[in-house]
Amino acid sequence: MRILLVDDSATMRRIQKTQLAGLGIKDIVEADNGEMALIELSKNMPVDVILLDWNMPVMDGLVFLKKIRENAAYSGVKVIMCTSESEKAKVIEALKAGANNYIVKPFTPEALKEKLGI
Amino acid sequence: MNVSYVNPFITSTIDTFKTMLNIDVKPDAPVMKKEPLPTYDISGIIGLSGDAQGSIAISFPKLMALKVISALLGSELKVVGPELTDGIGEIANIIAGSAKQHLKDFNLSISLPNVVVGKSHMLACQKGVPTLVVPFTCSMGNFSMEVSLKTK
Repeated sequence: MRILLVDDSATMRRIQKTQLAGLGIKDIVEADNGEMALIELSKNMPVDVILLDWNMPVMDGLVFLKKIRENAAYSGVKVIMCTSESEKAKVIEALKAGANNYIVKPFTPEALKEKLGI
Repeated sequence: MNVSYVNPFITSTIDTFKTMLNIDVKPDAPVMKKEPLPTYDISGIIGLSGDAQGSIAISFPKLMALKVISALLGSELKVVGPELTDGIGEIANIIAGSAKQHLKDFNLSISLPNVVVGKSHMLACQKGVPTLVVPFTCSMGNFSMEVSLKTK
């Protein structure tokens, strides 16, 4: 499984990488904002899952999500929002924009494993 | 400011430390801030906007901040640098984001984090905006949270 981690926090990306390594997932690509994520996604396909933060500079997660859902080349890529945005309205907004699942920070490795479906 | 507005931030701080570090943090009674006083050495600050405006700041002594982020990263940080400030900013982001779901009436948006580094720095709030200070204790040390919130 190849995962694209999109989060402006290097700390958060390191935590997620450690959690994913514990689940046996080591094929990981990183980006620190939505604009960089578009570049990394196009360079590294096939990507199976994107773990996507919401609030980021340059291009936020929701804008990135809407852009990739307009592109049929990425229709098979699963997107899990990984964000501190916790309200129900935000969850609905992300799911309507095309996110497949949603996990709220802080989360445990077990919660991440469940969302990944492994 | 209604003192109950600070409760979601207290709960969120407790949950964040428990989930991410498996540490129990204990809040002391909130105190209304009257004037800026020297606090700690590193603060993560998140702006709050919407139907209420203000900010939340989480402040740590340098040694505790290094311990916390070292524990999160799984490797020892010995100096203040980009990794530390990024980590402190992310903790503030998680606490603020998690808290705002319990303050739905204010339709809050949170800013990207800012981190202030300076030994015993002071945080000065906007005049007229009530600020509550919540001291915390835990096995890694003492830290504090300041919640400034002006409601319409």
